[in-house]
Order: sequence, then C-alpha cells, then structure tokens
Amino acid sequence: MRTAFVKTLVEIAERDKRVFMLTGDLGYMALEPFMDRFPDRFINVGVAEQNMIGIATGLAESGYIPFAYSIVTFATLRPYEFIRNGPVLHNLPVRIVGVGGGLEYGHNGASHWGLEDVAVMRVQPNMTVIAPADHEQTKKAVENTWDISGPIYYRLGKDDKTLVTGLNGKFTFGQLDIVQEGKDVLLISMGAISADTAQAIEELNLRGLSCGFAIASTINPPPVELDKVLSNYKAVITVEAHYKVGGIGSLVAETIAEKALNTLLVRMAVDGIPDGITGSQAFMYSCHGLSKENIVNTVLMTADKLEAKNRERQSCPVN
Amino acid sequence: MSEMDLSLLPMLSSLKQKSQSFLPNNLRRIIIEQSKRAGVGHIGSALSIVEIITALYGHVLNVSGIRDPNRDRFILSKGHAALALYGAFHLKGWISKEELDTFCGNGSKLGVHPEHILPHVDFATGSLGQGLSFGVGAALAAHHEKANRQVYVLLSDAEMNEGAVWEAIMFARQHKLSNLCAILDANGQQAFGYTRDVLDQTNISERLQSFGWQVNSVDGHNVNELVKTIHSPINFGGAPRFVIARTVFGKGVSFMENKIKWHYSPLSDHEYKEAMAEIDKHS
Repeated sequence: MRTAFVKTLVEIAERDKRVFMLTGDLGYMALEPFMDRFPDRFINVGVAEQNMIGIATGLAESGYIPFAYSIVTFATLRPYEFIRNGPVLHNLPVRIVGVGGGLEYGHNGASHWGLEDVAVMRVQPNMTVIAPADHEQTKKAVENTWDISGPIYYRLGKDDKTLVTGLNGKFTFGQLDIVQEGKDVLLISMGAISADTAQAIEELNLRGLSCGFAIASTINPPPVELDKVLSNYKAVITVEAHYKVGGIGSLVAETIAEKALNTLLVRMAVDGIPDGITGSQAFMYSCHGLSKENIVNTVLMTADKLEAKNRERQSCPVN
Repeated sequence: MSEMDLSLLPMLSSLKQKSQSFLPNNLRRIIIEQSKRAGVGHIGSALSIVEIITALYGHVLNVSGIRDPNRDRFILSKGHAALALYGAFHLKGWISKEELDTFCGNGSKLGVHPEHILPHVDFATGSLGQGLSFGVGAALAAHHEKANRQVYVLLSDAEMNEGAVWEAIMFARQHKLSNLCAILDANGQQAFGYTRDVLDQTNISERLQSFGWQVNSVDGHNVNELVKTIHSPINFGGAPRFVIARTVFGKGVSFMENKIKWHYSPLSDHEYKEAMAEIDKHS
C-alpha cells in the first residue's frame, strides 16, 4: 500500500504545488519517488514526530497540504497532543500517514504495532480516518480524499502485492465497500486483514455458508447507512488488527446500540496487552485469534449459535 | 465576575481615557483590571511580557489584514499570558472594550488561553512546547516561497523544559529559517518554582548558540531596545534568531515581582487598588 500511496501522491503533487511530504526519518526504499521528483517539497524532519506535526500545522495554516509520514505508532501516538491542538483544533488539512497498521511489524515487537491508532484518531470529531484494505484501494482512497477540508489519518499497510478478492480497487468515501451480499452472517473488516477475511469467506462459501462481506475503509466519519447494512443480517462479525476497544468493532457496537438493531455482534480483534512474544504477521494473527482459520471457525460457531436460537424460537410455545 | 468594591469605579473610568495609546502601562492597567474583574490569575506571567508585546504589536509586526496570507505571524507560545495579547488587540482597536470585558465570561472568545476563533490569533496555544514547531512550519512556508513575512514566537523559560522545543530548535537551524525569531521571556520563574531550582537555565544563551542560533540578550522591559533587537531584515540562508528578553515576573507591581504566588492568584480588592496606584504613579 505504501508504494501505491507514494506513486499516487507523486501524481497529485505534479498537478498541485501545495502538496508537501514530511517524514520522521522513515520510508527508506519507499519515499524516494517523491523525494527525487520534488526535493524542495520533501523534508526529513529527523526522528522528531512532535515537531513534524507542529511543522505540518504551520505549513497547512500557510496554505499547504502536508503529508506527515511514519510508522503508525510514531505517527499517531508520540505526537498525539500536537495532532489534537494543531490540525484538529485549527481544522487544517494535515494528512497523517501511518504505515504498518495492526501487527504488520510483527517481528519488531509491541513498540511497532499499531493497535490503538484508529481508536485515538476517530475520537477526534473532524479527523477523517481512512484504512484501505489493499494497494488498489489505497490509490483510489488517496485520489478521492487528499484535498478534502480538515485533517486526515491514513492507516496504511506495507503490502503492495496482495489484493482483496472481489474488491477490485473500489473505494467510496464515507461508505462501506460491499464486496458481496449474503444471507447468513455479515463480515466487516478494516485494513490489510481484509485479505485474510476474504480468503476465509471463500472457504465458508465452499462449505455452503452465505456470507456478506463489507470493508470499512472510511471509519470516521462513520460509513453512512452502516445501520441499514447491519439490519439486513442476524449476526455481524468484525475483523480488525487493532485492540478490541475503539476500532471498527466498537463503531459497529455503537451503531447497533444507538439504532436498537437486532443484530448479534462478534468482535474479532486483539484482546489484551501484548505478552512480549513476537513473530511474523501471520504468526501474530494466530496468537491473537485472527488467522483465516480463526475467522472461519468464528463464523461457523456464530452461524450455529444463530441456528440454535432459531430452533429454540420455533420450538417455544406461543405465550 | 467577582464582586467589586464600588470605590474602585473612579479608577476604572480613568482607565478608559488613558488606554487609548499603545503604552506599556496602559497594557498593564488592562491586565490588572481584567484579571480583577474576572477573578483569575496568570497575572505575573502577563505582566512580564508587557514590553515585548508592546514592541511587537506597537512597532514590529506587519499585520495588514485579518488572515491576510502575507501578514507576519505571531505565536504566543506561552498561551497563559493571553490577557496581554487581548490587551494589545484592544489597544490596536481590533477588539472593543465591550468584547474585552467578556474576558473569562461564559460564551466569550477571550479565554485564559488564546483560541483560533479570534481573527487575530494565528495559532491557538495553551499547551506549552508546541508554538515553536507551529512557527517553524509557518517560517518554512514563507521560506519556501521566498516571501518577506516573518514569524515571531514568544516562549516562556519554563517552556524550554519541553523536549519538543529542542526538536524545533534543531530543525530551524538545519533549514536556516532566518525569517523565524523566537523571543524568550526569561523571567526565571515557573508554575511551581524558580527555573534555577527546577531545570537550571542560567547558560541558556550559550546553549542556544551551540545549537547554531543567532542569540541576542536584551532588557525585556525596554521597548526601544526590544524593537531594535527583534526587528531585523530577513537574510535568507542565515541563522534563526533567539532574543533572550531578561524580564521580571510580575513587572510593574512590586508586591508581585518574582513571587511564585502570582502565577495563579487572583487579586483582592485591596491588592487591586495598590497595583493600580503603583502603575498610575509610574505612568
């Protein structure tokens, strides 16, 4: 996704002189196309993320559209109060670009895992939060949103190869991207783990289950008609490489509660503090119950639960 | 609004006549009057920057129009001294006496710290250690365009405790932002102690020089000297400038000077009268 992001941004910067790129000393073998093409609009601010966001705020107030790039945790958490008091409270078009959402930096350990970024970003009312699912969607998402008013947080993955089956690069700002409709359960995923979710759904289809599948690529503002989509299903399973609290599962829970929907929710997410064990992203997904197999099993168990409930209802004498 | 002794009223009406011209003691009167009326503190912090604000708003800043992209930028990074800023806006004729009198009232745009909703506030502040980075970004933008506008940031010495300030200091030197002028209100005092006892800064000039900045030390209560030092043509490619303004916390009201208490305390009726009488005596 980051290669697609940089390529897209170079194209935008070619036509719009307001685009600046700042990095907190990261992006080796990724940001060079921008750096080489626009050396006067590319700045490595050093390992100083607070200052990076402060500078971006000053640039944006002067009419520029700065993109501030780093690994998710360093881009969002270290300078969080700068983000709040700068671009958020001044409603300025600063774009915070976090790479490696979730457990992508698996071997690097918890300091590099972006597990609460969406939670802290989406609480800011005017912060647009976008988490593309693959590199084709990244391109479309950046093209469609880069010049909107107010700040944006882009949560990107590192993977520029894997595609989410059936998504075909679709991105509609402010809406769920529906990959397929279904009858039994709905899966909603956020970010790069959508590819694993899509694979799980293929397997579930083979087992005769009819799953709906939607990708939440815009998390804030919440996707319009999220409630309508949810109300078509008896159960929804959210899948995210993020802490259970504050991400897409929480957003769906808020919607179900506020709209008084009769939809069972199962939240698949990182549930608990990292224990110091590291490994590849796939390994870490398994550790946290987020592998393709875990998704398949969770859907099957949820479907069984629904069926049991249904049977119970049918066998119950009418009062 | 706190209850006020009626005998104070003649003093308040005399303020109206005296506050027309942009003189330090007129700004001091506004600070004392408004902080008394609103029953709030941060008085000493506002008093220590009176001459700096007078130099900037009376002589240095080129602010041709509200939100004009080519105006000079000013960031009161020590946002808790906002009352001095509001006083300046009033003396410039940018906000009315009626609006000034809303300071710290419900629904007012004039809170304890400056908010961006006020058209003449370039950047809202209040959290120490952020203003210099905002200023660096604004200076970088002007530098990129080779524009003549300058960026001024006023910091407190306590604020130099914040690590992010030093990130901005290193960056500004690296990128030769000579259109950036930081001013340090070196009053030697912070919220809960003296700077020498908290994190000593007695060699702050040397420290800043060693970071590659052009540093000038100046009497922070001498407007002419301040104007001369702060006002400087842009030399693109040169070093950014730090003006160390040696100030007295609570300057102009002797019972407040260098007293930690006046970081937070509001004035009693008696203290108010005493403060105003002293300012009048020296006007």
